[in-house]
Amino acid sequence: MTTTTAEPETGSVRRGSGRDVQGSGRLAGLLLSPTLLVLALVVGYPIIKALHDSLYQRSQGLDAQGFVVQGDRFVGLKNYLDIFSGDSSSMFWNAFWNTTFFTVTTVVIETVLGVTMALVMHQAFRGRGLVRASILVPWAIPTVVSGLLWRWIFQADGVANALIGTQVLWTTEGFHAKVAVIIADTWKTAPFVGLLVLAGLQTIPRDVYEAARVDGAGAQQQFWRITLPMVKPVLLIAVLFRLLDVLRMFDLPYVLIGERKQSVETLTMLALDEANNLRYGPAAAYATILFVYVALVAYAFVKLLGTDVIGQMRQQGKATSKRKKNTAPVRQEVTA
Amino acid sequence: MTAPSAPVARRSVSMRRVFTYVGIAVVALYCLVPFYWMVVSAFRRPQDQFDNAPLPSPWSIKNFTAVFKPGVGFQRALLNSLIVAGTTTILVLLVGTFTAYALARLDFRFKNAVLGITIATSMFPGVSLIIPLLKLFTNIGWINTYQAMILPSLSFVLPLAVWNLTTFFRQLPFELEQAAMVDGCTRGEAFRKIIIPLAAPGVFTTAIIAFIAAWNEFIIALSMVNKKEMQTATVSISKFTGAYGFDQPFGTQMAAGVIVTVPLVVVVLIFQRRIIAGLTAGGVK
Amino acid sequence: MAGISRTVPAWSRGAIAIGAMAVVLAACGSGKTGSGSGDAAGRLSGRGPITLAQGKDTSGNVQNQVNTWNSRHPKEQVRLIELPEDADAQRQQMVQNAQTKSDAYTVLNLDVVWTSEFAANRWITPLPKAQFDLSKFLPPTVQTATYRDQLYAAPWKTDAGLLYYRTDLLKKAGISAPPKTWDEMKTDCGKVKGVNCYAGQFDKYEGLTCNFSEAVDSAGGVVVDDQGKPDVNTPQAKQGLDFLVQGFKSGLIPKEAITYQEEPARRAFEKGNLLFLRQWPYQWALSNKPGSSKVVGKFDVAPLPGLGGPGAPTLGGHNLAISAFAKNKATALDFISFLTSENTERANLLASSEAPTLASLYGDPELRKKFPYLPVLKASLLNAKPRPKAVRYGDVTAAIQEDAYAALTGKMTSDQALADLQNKLGQLIQP
Repeated sequence: MTTTTAEPETGSVRRGSGRDVQGSGRLAGLLLSPTLLVLALVVGYPIIKALHDSLYQRSQGLDAQGFVVQGDRFVGLKNYLDIFSGDSSSMFWNAFWNTTFFTVTTVVIETVLGVTMALVMHQAFRGRGLVRASILVPWAIPTVVSGLLWRWIFQADGVANALIGTQVLWTTEGFHAKVAVIIADTWKTAPFVGLLVLAGLQTIPRDVYEAARVDGAGAQQQFWRITLPMVKPVLLIAVLFRLLDVLRMFDLPYVLIGERKQSVETLTMLALDEANNLRYGPAAAYATILFVYVALVAYAFVKLLGTDVIGQMRQQGKATSKRKKNTAPVRQEVTA
Repeated sequence: MTAPSAPVARRSVSMRRVFTYVGIAVVALYCLVPFYWMVVSAFRRPQDQFDNAPLPSPWSIKNFTAVFKPGVGFQRALLNSLIVAGTTTILVLLVGTFTAYALARLDFRFKNAVLGITIATSMFPGVSLIIPLLKLFTNIGWINTYQAMILPSLSFVLPLAVWNLTTFFRQLPFELEQAAMVDGCTRGEAFRKIIIPLAAPGVFTTAIIAFIAAWNEFIIALSMVNKKEMQTATVSISKFTGAYGFDQPFGTQMAAGVIVTVPLVVVVLIFQRRIIAGLTAGGVK
Repeated sequence: MAGISRTVPAWSRGAIAIGAMAVVLAACGSGKTGSGSGDAAGRLSGRGPITLAQGKDTSGNVQNQVNTWNSRHPKEQVRLIELPEDADAQRQQMVQNAQTKSDAYTVLNLDVVWTSEFAANRWITPLPKAQFDLSKFLPPTVQTATYRDQLYAAPWKTDAGLLYYRTDLLKKAGISAPPKTWDEMKTDCGKVKGVNCYAGQFDKYEGLTCNFSEAVDSAGGVVVDDQGKPDVNTPQAKQGLDFLVQGFKSGLIPKEAITYQEEPARRAFEKGNLLFLRQWPYQWALSNKPGSSKVVGKFDVAPLPGLGGPGAPTLGGHNLAISAFAKNKATALDFISFLTSENTERANLLASSEAPTLASLYGDPELRKKFPYLPVLKASLLNAKPRPKAVRYGDVTAAIQEDAYAALTGKMTSDQALADLQNKLGQLIQP
């Protein structure tokens, strides 16, 4: 997986004088190798294993003595084809649309909420520390616990129904189950977006706003013309990683609503269900299809919105430094 | 830090004020109300755990004492979580910073490929990784070790760390680093003395994210460890049960949740201060 | 994902040999595999430290038992490995360890419905019947520990659904005894106003499989017959399912019961909202605890009612098996004998209120005093039916839950649901 070979001795770090950008391949390789090594071992290897397994089927048949026939059979693409035929096809598409629906709704809500939270955390006011802490609380609670908490809240005679005064059976099939999942998920992860965006806000030099004010820009204009463009890179990363996470979501619907409920079943839950029933081949096929879907979504996202994030590195680099030049005086004081 | 948008409007300053405070209150309430329910549930007596009353009556710390019952080993579990999450955070910062620096500052081929591969590892459903990993770690004798939990946590957080840090490093002006190197700094020194302090918000945010992700990781920690002395807090919580059969000790689980969450919030607050401190030291006034 | 060895491992050749022998014996018409298991006993060799993997030790009593054992067997120490509280998570951990052929778990505390799957996959070792006096155990519990007439586990803890009923309300309405049939129950509910009539556990999870099977069995039907063949598309099964379906339609069963698992059902009963509740024995002690329970001392238990007489509850519980990949199996076998001995089971009941599998304990005066429901429970247990024994139990229970839930929520008629279920089970269960 490593694209560049690592140089063993660390001396090259110091030697790598390089008038910057030229011939830094070696240094880059050295700096990149730990990351690539860890990822190759812990994620790369299992992914390759899964790709391999997705072409096999574990025998489900019993021999005359009632034992499961041992061994796996190579079945080519059968596991993939099976997903798109018969009953499993409708299950797959249902899970696919659920996954997509959850992704779109939660990511949009989390982005709006997260940016709002970041703006709030960025404000100067009394008790700011407390507000910061409270915003981060939902995200800090382990999913193991928050899943239980929401399940309790959404029970038939739970506090959610007590508050709204009608009896919604949240954990039964239906749109309300989706709503429950969305509420619980956005509550938990909007702070993640908020935290990242806050970090982005912190790097915006204040004189940019002052200049804007001198030019007579209002608060709204400042937000759309300055704040948003300047936090865009980090906001995009936050959204991108939320996308990746929510596309793979399973624990919240599982704990909150339950297994095999069509209203909230996601693709990962299908993969998990197959694996739990020892159908590792089909499970790997589901996982692979999900992987491809996530990759497509991420690619489209980066292509459509994220020139700041990937690609055109050099132009980008130049563009940023050019943009930063306006504010360079501030920055240089910094180093003094 | 003052609000960038606060001293703007001339027209209706007080109205804006009110709106701001209402907004703050709404956001804070939204975040805290479910947490409030968690705390209140934790302070009920076990036999009152089904109550929907807004305050426990009577109050009880029985759930908290149950969490720390000698047989449970929760103190040890907290320590394990701290070790795993702490080490993961340090490693993520170290390894992630190197990689992000290379991606943001150096010019080499396959840069986009590296970024792509890095993020691609975050696209595979995590639950599908367990059995191959378990097999691997069993073979190399890593079952019941810290590294069997740290390494996977590291790999789960690294993609985000690398991408996030890359973005932050890339936003910083190249000229500063070049100027420093012209002044005789080595690349390493320039990096340490100039880039890192300027990127502090990004670095500390990454640290917080890494710490929380590792602290809350469950399924790997559950699968790779079968010794009680090695289990982490989240795993320990999953093993809480009531006195009998199906009796779910919701109150005790919530109490454990509170205990696990509070130190995390404290850690986050400390790091948060560092974000601000980093900037102030950086001289943006 | 899971790499499964593509060759037959050495140990399994031995198992095949045993299996073949069992078939030969069966072909001779004896059907007894006593000698076959004797053979298996020869394979349980090795002494030394072992582990016991089970869900959380709720009362701490298992650790006490382990300590007692350890003090007596310093060279054969047992270490308790606690798995998560959730049953699915327990099974997942055990399967993962089997998939990786890990020797981390020696003795496995298996839910009764997992026996077939673990046995057929050769994840657990056959046990010698001679080692256990099986006649001392309640017969249905022994059934759950066997696969194809071979003993794979020792029954350790058992469970059966009971009818919890409000003595105070029945008395006020002038009813002297709890109902024995569904019709009697309906009549009783007609006389008591202000509370919901009946509930069980009807959320889409394992509890629904239990409640559905109970309804079918209590109407004289079967889900799977004695030969292990699915036979659920019958008039009797329909009457059973219709009891539940009509219950929801008529309001006999409150509509929120479709979300009930054990704990919400207990809560509804403890709030005083239910006249009758189908529930496991664990609720007895909890509902008698002063606090938010409003029914302390106001309820009792009876065997579940049925269509024409007492119903047939579903059997729950846990058995002890030995992992096929473990070392020191001889120690493991002795340890299992120790855990299933009368003294240990007695202490376990006292500490955790989990019902023992040994019949003799149900007559123990001291235990009866502490657990007044024991006679009712014993009668229920003797009448109890196991859930379908299936190697692919996960798929079987999923199919049952799918169709039962569809019928209860009105997505399918009970005829459609049962026909569909029969069809699915036919494909899943190999005779």
